[in-house]
Amino acid sequence: MATQQSVGQAGRLVLHLTVNGETADVLAPPAATLLEVLRESLGLTGTKHGCELGECGLCTVLVDGTPLLACLLLAVEMEGRQIATVEGLADGTRLAPLQEAFRELGAAQCGYCTPGMLMAATHLLATVPSPTEGQIREALSGNLCRCTGYTKIVDAVGLAARRMEGEDR
Amino acid sequence: MSDEPLRLVGRPLPRVDAAGKVTGQTRYTDDMSLPGMLHARIRRSDRPHARLVRVDTGRAAGLRGVHAVLTGTDLPVKYGILPVSQDERALALDKVRYVGDPIAAVAAVDERTADEALRLIEVEYEDLPAVLSVQEALAPVGDGDRIHERSERGNIQRSFAFDFGPVEEGFQAADIIRDDVFFYGGNTHLAMEPHCAIAEATPDGRLTLWSSTQVPHYLHRALAHVLGLPADRIRVIAAPVGGGFGGKSDIFAHEFVAAKLSMLTGRPVKAALTREESFYCHRGRHPVLMQFRLGATSDGRITALESTTYLDGGAYGGHGVASTLYTGALQTTTYKVPAYRFRGLRGYTNKPACGPKRGHGTVQPRFALEVQLDKLAVDLGLSPAQLRRRQLVEENSRTVNWLRITSCGLRECLDRVVEASDFERKWGKLPSGRGIGLACSAFVSGSAEAIYRNDGPHTTVRLDVDRSGGVTAFCGETDIGQGSDTVLATCVAEVLGLSPGDIRLVTADTDLTPVALGSYSSRVTFMMGNAAIQAATRVRDILFRAVAAKLGVPAETLVAADGKISAGEASISLAEAAAEAEAMQGPISETGSYTPPDLAGPYRGSGVGPSPAYSYSACAVEVEVDPETGILTVDRVWVAHDGGRVMNPVLAEGQIEGSVYMGLGEVLMEEQAFRKQGLHRGPSLLDYKSPSALEMPPVQVILVETIDPEGPFGAKEAGQGPLLPVPPAVCNAIYDAVGVRIDETPVTPQKILRALERRGGEPRVGPGPVPEAPFRTAIHVDPPPGAPTLRSVIDRALTAKEA
Repeated sequence: MATQQSVGQAGRLVLHLTVNGETADVLAPPAATLLEVLRESLGLTGTKHGCELGECGLCTVLVDGTPLLACLLLAVEMEGRQIATVEGLADGTRLAPLQEAFRELGAAQCGYCTPGMLMAATHLLATVPSPTEGQIREALSGNLCRCTGYTKIVDAVGLAARRMEGEDR
Repeated sequence: MSDEPLRLVGRPLPRVDAAGKVTGQTRYTDDMSLPGMLHARIRRSDRPHARLVRVDTGRAAGLRGVHAVLTGTDLPVKYGILPVSQDERALALDKVRYVGDPIAAVAAVDERTADEALRLIEVEYEDLPAVLSVQEALAPVGDGDRIHERSERGNIQRSFAFDFGPVEEGFQAADIIRDDVFFYGGNTHLAMEPHCAIAEATPDGRLTLWSSTQVPHYLHRALAHVLGLPADRIRVIAAPVGGGFGGKSDIFAHEFVAAKLSMLTGRPVKAALTREESFYCHRGRHPVLMQFRLGATSDGRITALESTTYLDGGAYGGHGVASTLYTGALQTTTYKVPAYRFRGLRGYTNKPACGPKRGHGTVQPRFALEVQLDKLAVDLGLSPAQLRRRQLVEENSRTVNWLRITSCGLRECLDRVVEASDFERKWGKLPSGRGIGLACSAFVSGSAEAIYRNDGPHTTVRLDVDRSGGVTAFCGETDIGQGSDTVLATCVAEVLGLSPGDIRLVTADTDLTPVALGSYSSRVTFMMGNAAIQAATRVRDILFRAVAAKLGVPAETLVAADGKISAGEASISLAEAAAEAEAMQGPISETGSYTPPDLAGPYRGSGVGPSPAYSYSACAVEVEVDPETGILTVDRVWVAHDGGRVMNPVLAEGQIEGSVYMGLGEVLMEEQAFRKQGLHRGPSLLDYKSPSALEMPPVQVILVETIDPEGPFGAKEAGQGPLLPVPPAVCNAIYDAVGVRIDETPVTPQKILRALERRGGEPRVGPGPVPEAPFRTAIHVDPPPGAPTLRSVIDRALTAKEA
């Protein structure tokens, strides 16, 4: 909410953001996107940019648990929201089940789409713990990948789902 | 190599760089930021072809936050990736040749300021007639209107013509001759990572450039040439590449621009291109118009083949001369062709330059040949599998155009795909609207010739072993996602008895790593793998000598495994062995290198095509076509690939699945197309259609392992070859489904409907007759010993008839 934001130097705003559970104060121009603030102000370069038009899915992050494209979000609107990026998935140096499955099955080749894929898949498994292949494909259909033909990515999401379900039981 | 069992090669191990990629820690070029870094933006032409009358950068230079402005006069030296086509400048000097051609560049404190400055640059043009197709490029043109002053004739950059073997006799001996025209549309790589480079010039006269490039060595040479700096003062580092597919194997304006701006300002400069700019950088699949003439006996054996290719090259040469030769080089590598005529030309057009994309120059003619063979099979009432099977190229043979074939698993690929897909039971017998198609192909495992003539090794690996047992591999090759770092670590670890994760890697850095030519032509596994094995074997020999002395056993009895060197029960750790060896002879540092054998034939133009080994593929595709809407659904793909020994099945399958995906994208939807004034039709990911996870059908991958006699542990390539059979297999399946021929790509529902609605004549959509072109007189080349002869083809046909 603009009234609560203090205006910093040269028309910049001080934003209070919560990313991966940590709060940070960031100085950014009012038109800055969440993607720009994540990458350039917070140094969280795991989230990639591929088009800045909302077409490729590379910059998928979770906002209050929902996958959204960081290039289409204004950072000023993100105050008070819980933002999750790829950097928050692992527990220290222990990979999350999805990351581990991607690693084992070769779901990351060049790796540029991987952070966005992982975030979209994280949301899927949080809402549909045992997805069908069709549900996995649907959930990832906004994330483009040029290396894998999606085959190993879909397999990895399925493997992670089975392992996580196994843990829950 | 010894006959010890392989411990790592062939196992489905994860990539060595996977953890960084799944955590977001891998630092691509655009993820780097240096203190004081400026941002570069490039002003590009909005005209397809025009003289530059005036470029005024005064107002831009005066804008607050702008640190430097460049125009063509600041970077006047011409360059080009091939020595024969030095026709590019980083910034246009006198004229622009396509919409998107760089004119001026700005370095500013941030991208917004740089963009604002670009708008203040005034450019005055004098328009010239624009050439937008290869047909137009063939038309006579006034000297002042030519796209380049130097060309073979008018807007024809270069043409070639060869007759291999008795071409006329071959056609005379034919019982049937097919004459078909095809068009393969242009498409682009669309790597998810847009181009990006960062330059840092320092007051000591040194320059470092980080770039998303597949070819740091060629970039290094070009920077020295254009910037006028000694090469030893320039360091090029290829950062991890976020997808290449050939699109980053050329040299790009922004790389020179970032370097020059940094030299002028003394500040680091980043040039990160937008998605739209990446579409205009292109260097992707050439649109190629093709006429194929095929003579065959009544039982389908090829007596002569003639292929004529017309490449729509775009505005600059780039790799184009090699692309042109590649459209002729590999037609002889799958079936026995006793006589072969190839004519090819490349036209300059006022569009972004084309270049190498996965399968470089061979995808288009492979499409034509495999569809034409399908038509021949229908003409002769033969199964397409049977027609192919009776004339497959054999291992340890020669082709009529002098290519040396060593290992060849084509027959097994074909047999296994036919079996897995149940092709013979389905072909011609599926219900209307459903169909199955087949195609085969071959591809190089690295070009036997470097891009510039030199006698040096094509790749070198240096291994250092320290007394803690740490092994570091230094190599100039570049991981573009294909897994070259993993292959390097695997080869070294296999020989030294370690795990891939034990090997420290320093790659793709011209200051630190020995020269390697780069990630193109599917050369890395084959060439770097051999170099790595050689280096590791030399290191192992040193360690074995030290251990043999220490344990008092013959070196020949030693085995390196599990981080130890053992002789029976006695063993010492690699660290102890390294310390012993270092005490004996000083620090351990060994190199291995690979230089391909001399394979070029005895004719000019024979440098494109020869490879130390060829991979083979066969593919079957089952489709469903809705005759009401023309909508085509690919239900399933079977692909068998002979990539030699499988180094790592996870990586190999990934390359094959990715190739199938990219082939499907090309045949079904992808199109690098332009409007009348040279504007890209849709330089965005929304308008340029590519398959999503929803469009990708199930793919059954069949790994066919021939053990190549010269490959590292017997391996060949897997990254490009499996794309080749996919587009023709789809079109052959469409014919099987609804009886129409789509002889051009991409295949759209509209084209299928148009073909279905055609009344009278052939139910076909495709190009009309090819234009007249002034090909030079063909060079006649006698085939080498061991190549298929017309006599043997006819004899076999007669024998078959009698039997």
